[in-house]
Order: sequence, then C-alpha cells, then structure tokens
Amino acid sequence: MRRAIFPLACGAIVAMIALASLLAPWIAPYGETALVGDLWEGWSLAHPLGTDSIGRDLLSRLLFGTRNTVAVALAATLLSFTLGVILAFTAAVFQGWIDQVLSRSVDILMSIPTLIMALVVLSVLGTSIPVLIAVMAVLDSTRVFRLARALAVDVMALDFVETARLRGEGFWWFLRREILPNVTPTLLAEFGLRFSFAALFLSSLSFLGLGIRPPYADLGGMVKENANAITFGVAVPLVPAAMIALITVTVNALVDWHVRRATGPTGHG
Amino acid sequence: MTLLDIRDLVIAAGDKRIVDGVSLTVAPGEVVGLIGESGAGKSTLGLAALGYVRPGCRRAGGVVRLGAREVFALPPGALREMRRSRVAYVAQSAAAAFNPAFRLADQVMEVPRLTRRATLSEGAALAHELFARLELPDPGNFGRCYPHQVSGGQLQRAMVAMALANAPELIVFDEPTTALDVTTQIEVLRAIRDAIRGRNLAALYISHDLAVVAQLADRIVVLRDGRTVEEGPARAIVAAPRTPYAQALIGLRHATDIAAVEAAAAPILSTAAVTAGYGRGPAVVSDVSLGLAAGRVLAVVGQSGSGKSTLARVIMGLMPAREGAVRFHGAALPLVGSRSHDQRRRIQLVHQSPDVALNPRQSVRETIGRPIRFFFGHDRAEVDRRVRELLAATELPESLIDRMPDRLSGGEKQRVCIARALAAEPEVLVCDEITSALDLLVEDAIIALLKRLQAERRLAILFITHNLWLARRFAHEVAVMRAGNVVEHGPAGAVFAKPREAYTRALLAAVPTLEPGWLDRKLA
Repeated sequence: MRRAIFPLACGAIVAMIALASLLAPWIAPYGETALVGDLWEGWSLAHPLGTDSIGRDLLSRLLFGTRNTVAVALAATLLSFTLGVILAFTAAVFQGWIDQVLSRSVDILMSIPTLIMALVVLSVLGTSIPVLIAVMAVLDSTRVFRLARALAVDVMALDFVETARLRGEGFWWFLRREILPNVTPTLLAEFGLRFSFAALFLSSLSFLGLGIRPPYADLGGMVKENANAITFGVAVPLVPAAMIALITVTVNALVDWHVRRATGPTGHG
Repeated sequence: MTLLDIRDLVIAAGDKRIVDGVSLTVAPGEVVGLIGESGAGKSTLGLAALGYVRPGCRRAGGVVRLGAREVFALPPGALREMRRSRVAYVAQSAAAAFNPAFRLADQVMEVPRLTRRATLSEGAALAHELFARLELPDPGNFGRCYPHQVSGGQLQRAMVAMALANAPELIVFDEPTTALDVTTQIEVLRAIRDAIRGRNLAALYISHDLAVVAQLADRIVVLRDGRTVEEGPARAIVAAPRTPYAQALIGLRHATDIAAVEAAAAPILSTAAVTAGYGRGPAVVSDVSLGLAAGRVLAVVGQSGSGKSTLARVIMGLMPAREGAVRFHGAALPLVGSRSHDQRRRIQLVHQSPDVALNPRQSVRETIGRPIRFFFGHDRAEVDRRVRELLAATELPESLIDRMPDRLSGGEKQRVCIARALAAEPEVLVCDEITSALDLLVEDAIIALLKRLQAERRLAILFITHNLWLARRFAHEVAVMRAGNVVEHGPAGAVFAKPREAYTRALLAAVPTLEPGWLDRKLA
C-alpha cells in the first residue's frame, strides 16, 4: 500500500496543474497583463502571492504562465513524437539507404548543442509561438527518433513482421498494426519524460528572452522579469521557479512509476 | 538411506500451485528421471533441490532435505556452501548460462578457486582432466576458448564439466539436450552417462523426452500439472506404463507409418541449382535442386547449420540466391517485394517458434482474418465466417477467437499460425521446424493435424526438420542436407528402408529409442 501513495500524490498534482492550465482565464483573479498594484507587494488577501516587478498579480501571472508553458511544451512534444516516430519507423521498415540517410542526418543534428541551435534559429526566424513549437519539436524529435528506431528495429526482427512482409503489407500497416502497438508502453513513458524536458527547455529559452514574448506570461520569463527581486530579499522569482520544478519532478515521478509497473516482475509472461 | 528427500513439496506462484505436493527421493549413486510436459513443474522441482525458488514463486509447504539438512531452513551462507560443494545444476541452454566475456576454464574452475579448494595450477590441471574425460577437443587448450568459439554440444559438455568441478554428490540436469539436434545429443548424453557412472554420483535428470530419460535413469517419475502421476523403475515404466499419460508418451515412439508413394507429377515449385549465403560469407546452401509436386510432402532433413532454413528463406524470397533460381509454375520467382499478389498468396510459410510468430497485440480473429481480408477483400461478416471455419479446421475451439496470443498455449499458438497460413488458401506450405519448440505430445497432435489438412486440401508441403522420424511420419519424399548440400534424395520408403549415405544412417541411428540399453549399445 505504501508504495502507491507517492505516485498517487504526483498524479493528483499533475491533474491539478492540468486543470489550472485549462481553466486559467476563469479562475485567475486578474487579467494576464493587467497592472493592479505596486511592484513587489507582499502576500495579502487581494494578492495571495503578491505582485510582480511592474505590479501585476503574481497568482494570475502564475496561472497564465503555467497554461502557456504547458500548452507550448505539450504541442512541441506531440509534434516531435509524430515526426520522430514516423521517421524512425520509416527507417526501420525500409532499412538500407533510407535508414542510413535518416539516421546520419539525426546524428548530425544531435551533434550540435540543442540550446545553441535553438538560440540561433529563433533569433533568425523570430519568436512567434508556431516557430517556437516547430523549433523545439524538430530538435527534440532526434531523441524520439533514436529511441523509436531502436524499438522498431527489434520488433521488425520478429517472425510475425516477416509474415506481414511475406503477405506484402504496406508501410502504414507496419506502422499502425505491427510496430506501434508493440512499442506504445515505452513510447508513452518517453513521452512523459520528453514533455517535462520540453517544459524545462522552454523555460530556459524564455529566461534567455527567446521564448514566449512579454507581456504574455510564461514560467521561465517570469523568473527573468523578477530576477532582480532576489537581491532585495523578495521571494517572487522563486514562485515560478518552484512551479517549473514541480511540473518536472511530478511528471518524471509519474513516468518512473509507470515504467516500473510495466517492466516489473509481474509484467513478464 | 537417501541423499535427496523431497516431501510433500508445494511451490506456488500467486494462487497457482506449480508444484503441488510432490514427494521424491534420490539415493546416493541413483539416477532419477523426471518426465513431463512444459508447465508440469519439472524445472521448479529441480531448482527446489538446490534450495532455490524463482522470483515470484514461494514455497508453500513441504520440506527438501539433502543428506541430514533441510535445504530451505539453511541460512544464506550455509546454503551457498551447500551449492558450492554438494549439489550442482546443469541448465538447458549452456549458451545462456555461460558469461560470454570470460574464458571457459575460468568459469568452470570458478567455484573450486573461490572456495580455495584448488590453486591456479591445480585448477588448470583439474580442468584439463575434466575436459579430457568429457572428450572435448584439445583438452589442454579448450579452456582458453570463449563460449562463442565452441559448438553448442561442446558448450553443454563444458557445463557438465563445471558441475563436476565441485565434486558434488548430486547433479540436477535440467533438459540438457533439448536444445540440441539428435547427433549432438548423443555426444552430450555420453558425456553425462560417463560423468555419472563410476563416481557414485546421484542425479536428477529432467526431460520431456522419455526415450532420453529411459537411457540414463534407474527410476522414472512422471509429473503432470505439478503432481506425480506415475513412479517406478525405468524398465517397468517403459515396458508397462500404467497411466494414460505415460502410455501416450510411449505410444508416440511406435508410430512409424510411411506415406504411400504414388507416381510423381511435375513439380509446381522447384529450386534449380540454388546457391545462397549471408553477406560475403561462404555459401550456406550450395547447388540445391529440389522439386515439389502438387499435393506432395517433401521433407528436408538435416542438423542445425545444414542450410535447410536458409533454403526456406530463399524460396520465400526473403534472401536472394547467389546462383540458380526458384521456379513456381514455370516462372522464376523474384524477391518477395517484387512478387505478384497471387504468388505471395499461393506460397505460405509457418515459422519455427510460435511465440514470436504471432503479434502479441492482435487477437486470434485479427491474426487469421487479416490474410483473408488482404488477399480476398471479403467483408467483415464473411471474414468472420471463414475465421471460424479455419478454427474448426485446425481443431481450435471457437471460444479462442478473441484471445490474445499470451493467453494461448504453445500448441494452440502453432495451430493459429497454421490457420493463418491456410487463410490465404495456398498451394504450397513451407513448414520450418514447426514442432521443434513444442512438447512431444503436442508435436504429435500438430503432425496429425498437418497430415489431415494436407490430404484434405491437397497441399504441397515443404517440411523442414532435424528429426528424421517426423519426416518418416508423413513425407512422400525426403531430402537429406549436410553442410548446404543435398546428400541424399528419394522417396521416403526407399530412404528409410535403405539409406545410401552413411550420414543418413547416422541421423537415423541417433534418435534415441525406448529400448533399455540403447545408449550403451550405441556407444559400445
């Protein structure tokens, strides 16, 4: 019984974060960009978490910031998985030179440090939300590709795939019916992990000023806006930072628990 | 006085009792054979003799005594000492039991060295002596090989050497020859027999093959569903089995009908001087010309490594022939990707291992239904009707239709694989060792099924096997392969009655029979 409490708690927190992101416009006491008070006001009934560097309600900012960060990270992760998985399965099904071209391209992309690559591309293309999502997705899809290709190659070596090959099935049949169902548990675990990294990565970008643009709220940007407060002993930047940590840690813990359950001693036939 | 005394042992996994109240004794110097199908609890029982229970299982009752001590009551240190000195274990797959990163001698001598019973040079001398006694090639240097450098049979003998190195009183042999082909099996059986004899060593010999056990054991215990169903002296059980299960096992060995030969028609599928190999390596199949006529069964027989499975891959178009061609109804067959829809439909393959031949995420209905939909494009209702027909044809209950493969037994899985192949309504069925992963009784049932389906549907079957006796049961023609070449080819009757080649005779003679003393005479 004791073991189940921790993942349950993480699950509850993740659900609350998801709900808060979804309902932010309705439950936030003030608008996302509304100036409602003095700068760095302390905690009060009117402003439960105080106000930020230019006098916006921090709780409202936190709710909208979480919403924006989670939405962009989720969209980027979904896109990177779609891209990575399809390319990986293409490489595994067709093998030969197609696999070589795809795998080596991924190697080249992976050899460039992700953050530097993102900074360069974003400063050239500008930082609209779609570009941001696309850049994060492409960079992250290399990791997804590696994993998905390794999994798919293992499945492709099995006799039931050979049977489908002998039958003359097409690419989509292999992708949807032979490979995907057999690698879904692992990919799901990876999805959770990649999502939390994406949230972290987006926060880094925003902190560096190339993520979600002000005045819109975003966790990394909020840390940056309020960074000076720390020198005056005001804890404001720690609030969004704690939120980033909370998302990363709980999602990771949930994934760990899922992986352990899927590969535990009872998982073997 | 008894050496090993197992009494009312119960080992359970969850609610399921894997071993359900078994009592068994082994006297010093006695060899007890443990017979049963997979899932009968043989291995679990064998491991319990070492005081070991697999993760997920627990001992729910009973005692195991080795000498005077109760094995399961020993503290970990004493248990380890017992396993180092008094009891040893020989596993089914030596390839999986040896560490690939260490030399054989180091692994064989690990325990004597750990326990300081032997110094480095004494260890080397002892290894030399053991390797020589097990007739391993170049015993002085054999120990310097890594596991991948020696053959499967040699590795299995090295494992026997490892067990003997501790000078134990009892050795548990867990299906040590099941993964080997018949001629290699003989070598290992001889090594085991010689190892046991003359040193007053007791053994618990686990196998599903009664003939093998009958050659080695003084006494036989038959297990089924975790219970003892029959027990007695080996000769008595072989001569007069009392329970239906033992009778069925004995009966298997007497089935020796040879298919009647009718005049051969022109072949529909043929290989014309096919040579094939992997990468730039040597040819695995060289210059093989065989023909298969409609409605006939051609058995391709040979040891592992003789190239018979490679031949099947070339026929299926999964790998190219370096020279020669595969012809089907007169036309040369290209690789599978370039074959026509109809060519792919008319030649179907059944794989060796049903565990990996079924997609674990597709139900029986989807698995069998897919080729029907793919090749004939029938609607749902019609596909469903035909799936049910095929289930009936392969003697599977209709209630299995929505099962996933992990809830089927090995025999049921193989039947589903056969049904899936038949769903395409083929003319030719290529069966690649389709029963070698199955128990003998299940194998017998699958062969009977295949024989009936072959007659009913006038299928041409290319039946690949390492077991000549299986070929004998329903092949019209037999081709014997050795090192990539067909060394003998002819009607089944002629090949079995009067094998021309010494190699064919050796293969035939290597299959153990139930006669007591067969092994001794064979090796005399």
